[in-house]
Amino acid sequence: MSEAVRPVADYATDFDHHGAEWVADPYPIIEDLRRRCPVAHTERYGGAWMPVRHEDVAAIAYDTEHFSSRTVVVGHTRPPRDIAPIGVAPPISSDPPFHHGARRVLLPAFSPQAIAKLEPGTRAFCEELVDGLEGRDVVDGAAEYAQHIPVRVIADMLGFPRQDADLFRRFVHDVLEGVNDPLEERFEKVQALFGYLEAQVEDHVAHPRDDLTSYLLEAEMDGERLTPRHVVGTMALLLLAGIDTTWSAIGASLWHLARTPADRERLVAEPELLPTAIEELLRAYAPVTMARLVKEDMTWKGCEMKADDWVLLSFPAANRDPEVFEDADEVVIDREVNRHAAFGLGPHRCLGSHLARMELRVALEAWLARFPDFSLADPDAVVWSPGQVRGPRRLPLAVHR
Amino acid sequence: MRVRIDRDRCQGHGRCYSLAPELFQPDDIGDGVVVGDGVVTPGQEDAARRAALNCPEQAVVIEEEA
Repeated sequence: MSEAVRPVADYATDFDHHGAEWVADPYPIIEDLRRRCPVAHTERYGGAWMPVRHEDVAAIAYDTEHFSSRTVVVGHTRPPRDIAPIGVAPPISSDPPFHHGARRVLLPAFSPQAIAKLEPGTRAFCEELVDGLEGRDVVDGAAEYAQHIPVRVIADMLGFPRQDADLFRRFVHDVLEGVNDPLEERFEKVQALFGYLEAQVEDHVAHPRDDLTSYLLEAEMDGERLTPRHVVGTMALLLLAGIDTTWSAIGASLWHLARTPADRERLVAEPELLPTAIEELLRAYAPVTMARLVKEDMTWKGCEMKADDWVLLSFPAANRDPEVFEDADEVVIDREVNRHAAFGLGPHRCLGSHLARMELRVALEAWLARFPDFSLADPDAVVWSPGQVRGPRRLPLAVHR
Repeated sequence: MRVRIDRDRCQGHGRCYSLAPELFQPDDIGDGVVVGDGVVTPGQEDAARRAALNCPEQAVVIEEEA
């Protein structure tokens, strides 16, 4: 886990998305902020804002003129301005006009048609995992199940060795959760990731094969090959962004079903409801909060924003806005109207959303088929991740036979 | 009734073709496109409305004809 953070006095004026209360359960805080101020502020991280209304989150997600994506993980430093419009991990860190082309290169590999081809392999892997857990009374749904699935899928897509799975989980932890590490240490950890990726590039240059890494090395944008920095940055994005996000969504779904027998029993009895239920679980427990940097000093909806202030785009908060969703704080497993923003809004819509949905559906199908009856072994033992990707990291589940 | 997709709004969330595959399909990058001429035949109205009501970008447009 990341370093302990200074206690938060008031989330309206001093919020910290690594704060202990926030990590334990952010939703009551979000509801409090919704009543008191629609845009929270903090001096932490060099200054950051956090709107909680759907309307405001959407407005910023669409507004690439005033808000930059040049990095999307809030930290204590900002990358240099001249890194825009490409950013460190294109296209998530890219601004227009570069963003469009960099995203276009990747979209076919993540289309529903391309993702459907990965479903049988993903299912076989999930079944292998549940086979390995069979017969136990208590299993960790996060550490022993959820986390393995996206790691295997993305390693295979990129053509990285499956045995490096532990290393990928470490990179995810170091880069996404280590924002409060001392800067020197943080730099070294990020360098370790890029060093690994560069070695993979060399291996793929020497031995091209049918995977995303070789595809990126051959890909063209505006008639030219991608620069080496672009290729490695995109590989970093694909490796990191697909892992803890999907792992969090699977884990949070299992957590909900473990503590809500009526929903679990209904999904076991009506498996055809699962796609609808998944959308509701994504709405209610959206794992991802994105970030933007303010481009220039401005007043935005009454907020005196300074250049290089962070803005957290809380899709979890947007998804619980009662202006948009009826009974927003309730999980309605068969909710029919569900315009949720778990995968973001606007031009940066999650590139991997079709992949994530497939993994989440297959993971829950395989789990429920084998373990239809389960509950939280110890609710107090559940540990949630801090920061911008929220999901259970420890999830002891009692499996009943 | 007829459906269309506002191309400036569609970001490829894919809700329309998941919920109403008889009316929408993905193109090669996962954006939604209308199947055929977009005319909603009797019995497809609910699917059309469901697609429109679940699009996060509000890109699915339903045109009611007289």
